[in-house]
Amino acid sequence: MPVPMTPIAITAYTASSAIGHGLAAHLEALRQARSGLRPNDFSSAPLACWIGRVDGVEETALPAVHAIWECRNNRLAWVGLNQDGFLEQVQAARERYGAGRIALLLGTSTASIGATEEAYRRLNPDGGFADDMLRPAIHGPHSLAAFVTEALQLEGPCLTISTACSSSAKVFANAERMIRLGLVDAAVVGGVDSLCDSVLFGFNALELVSAEPCRPFDAARDGISIGEAAGFALLERVDAAPDAPRLLGYGEASDAYHMSTPHPDGVGAELALRDALLRAGLDAAQVDYINLHGTASLKNDEVEAALVNRVFPSSTRASSTKGFTGHTLGAAGIVEATVALLALEHGFIPGNLGGGTPDPLCGPSFAWRNEQQRVDVALSNSFGFGGNNACLAFSRAGFRA
Amino acid sequence: MKTTNRLLQCCVEGIGLWSPQLANFEALRTVLAGSTPEPPPPRPRPAATTLPANEGRRAPESVLLAVEVAGQAVAMSGRTATTLASVFASSQGDQAITDYMCATLAQIPTELSPTRFHNSVHNAAAGYWTIATECRAPSTAVCARHASFGAGLLEAVGQVLAEQRPVLLVCSDIRGSGPLLEATGCTQSFGCALVLAPQVSTTTLAQLQLTLTAAHPATSLPQPLSSWRDANPSAHALPLLALLARGHGHCLLDAAATLGLQIDLESLA
Repeated sequence: MPVPMTPIAITAYTASSAIGHGLAAHLEALRQARSGLRPNDFSSAPLACWIGRVDGVEETALPAVHAIWECRNNRLAWVGLNQDGFLEQVQAARERYGAGRIALLLGTSTASIGATEEAYRRLNPDGGFADDMLRPAIHGPHSLAAFVTEALQLEGPCLTISTACSSSAKVFANAERMIRLGLVDAAVVGGVDSLCDSVLFGFNALELVSAEPCRPFDAARDGISIGEAAGFALLERVDAAPDAPRLLGYGEASDAYHMSTPHPDGVGAELALRDALLRAGLDAAQVDYINLHGTASLKNDEVEAALVNRVFPSSTRASSTKGFTGHTLGAAGIVEATVALLALEHGFIPGNLGGGTPDPLCGPSFAWRNEQQRVDVALSNSFGFGGNNACLAFSRAGFRA
Repeated sequence: MKTTNRLLQCCVEGIGLWSPQLANFEALRTVLAGSTPEPPPPRPRPAATTLPANEGRRAPESVLLAVEVAGQAVAMSGRTATTLASVFASSQGDQAITDYMCATLAQIPTELSPTRFHNSVHNAAAGYWTIATECRAPSTAVCARHASFGAGLLEAVGQVLAEQRPVLLVCSDIRGSGPLLEATGCTQSFGCALVLAPQVSTTTLAQLQLTLTAAHPATSLPQPLSSWRDANPSAHALPLLALLARGHGHCLLDAAATLGLQIDLESLA
């Protein structure tokens, strides 16, 4: 049974996704209900679906000193790091605490497997990797964190969390534990996943990809749209930044049910949610907004809608924002944490884009259109393959549970 | 570099080990005593008896390896797996599936196998394990290249101390295959597991004291352990495993590219 935790300050955060680079672009797109999805123009062979592709990744070469890390995923990470003054904020923290006192904890599902795919598409006649692709460090899941730790010049604990679509939600839990134990004074958390054939054709093989833009919680939803994104946050103790928004709690749990289908009763999701509420010292009724996992898969949305109905009153507003960004997989946790933080900061609840014909399973909590209201407490749900569930709780500065 | 001297203390209650030469932790003791243990059966796939038979047939090799060592460690600890939180570390995940997927995607992408795709997630072993043991406790899957064991150990010990609960740590990598092998250099399988707990109990085998340090050259190992470590990133756990076999002393592991982990061990068994 978790005990209430000491809140952690979120002193900087940023995201880059199909709806734009940085916080202002995200807020603008959410306010205008403008989706970032487009017909698939990415995969190496045709595949009829819609994708959440980030503009400008191809044109963003890494600085020459980081050239060995070149690949789409690390370029997307670099795009993300260069928004909202994030690099400067980390540099200031490094000067304040020392490089060895800041952890780097990043989530990713497939990291730079796109580069490994490319290496296989153009093998040498002898069957080996071409010289320019023979860079061992990018052909594994730690590629992202290893690049970012070098780019940010950090020397503390450095870990990749790869639990599919809950990866970059769980990093907040890793960070809180390390700060609580006094191993570090701050943590850079986040996640990056980029479009690649593995996920496009893989989810297609599982018959989980819609041919249309995804429609979370819509009665006619028929699958996900895959997206890509980068997002980061800087976490410190509250006394370092009393006016910053806060991580109030988190919960983690396993379904113990199936590798690629959620538990029909949402058992693991509910355990993670209740664990987060306990750590945050919150009653469900104190939650103003939930950014749902809401992938637009038949099963996820059915299970998650039922969970919202049975736990929360109608005053708690809920929506999925995957109709904007697509499902950014291992980056979904941090992107949607960012949306939850924007909701707190701007008193704004983004509508559930794509739910034009709401599934009757959805109760009165669902915000189908944008709403303006003060948000003191916001949750973010992230559920992954393997039955891996995470829930994060955030609040405005000064909120008392 | 400014480092913390914060001391982390936890107890080891169970140890699992599997490689083509070592069927379990006892086999490592035999090697260190100068003898050659009975290896696992030739052309081995780990038995991974925790999995139901049908799941065992479906599971990829990386899952069998992780579940095999996890099952050994939990059995030694005497705990039930159902309530154990778990940390599954692996430098590369399932390299055979990555090789299959990249080769298929380069030729006929629309024929990618859905099962092999969902088995390709880095947390596949965590998923199969929690399903087989009906465990709803938190589980995670992590990596940090050759520092995967050290970084995974730091995460697991962090959970033990922060949550005051026992935690299962698994670190395993299967042998690489196909063109990818040139990049990973992982030429033989290796997996190990520890059950870690916050308090000394009747099942405590050893007590660990961990301190973060600046990066150090890793602890030297006698042959054949040294070659095994070169052949698999998860085998960077061997200095600690050898320490556990010996029962006392200290070792240094990598916890990150620029961070070391000093471990002092006191035997209680």
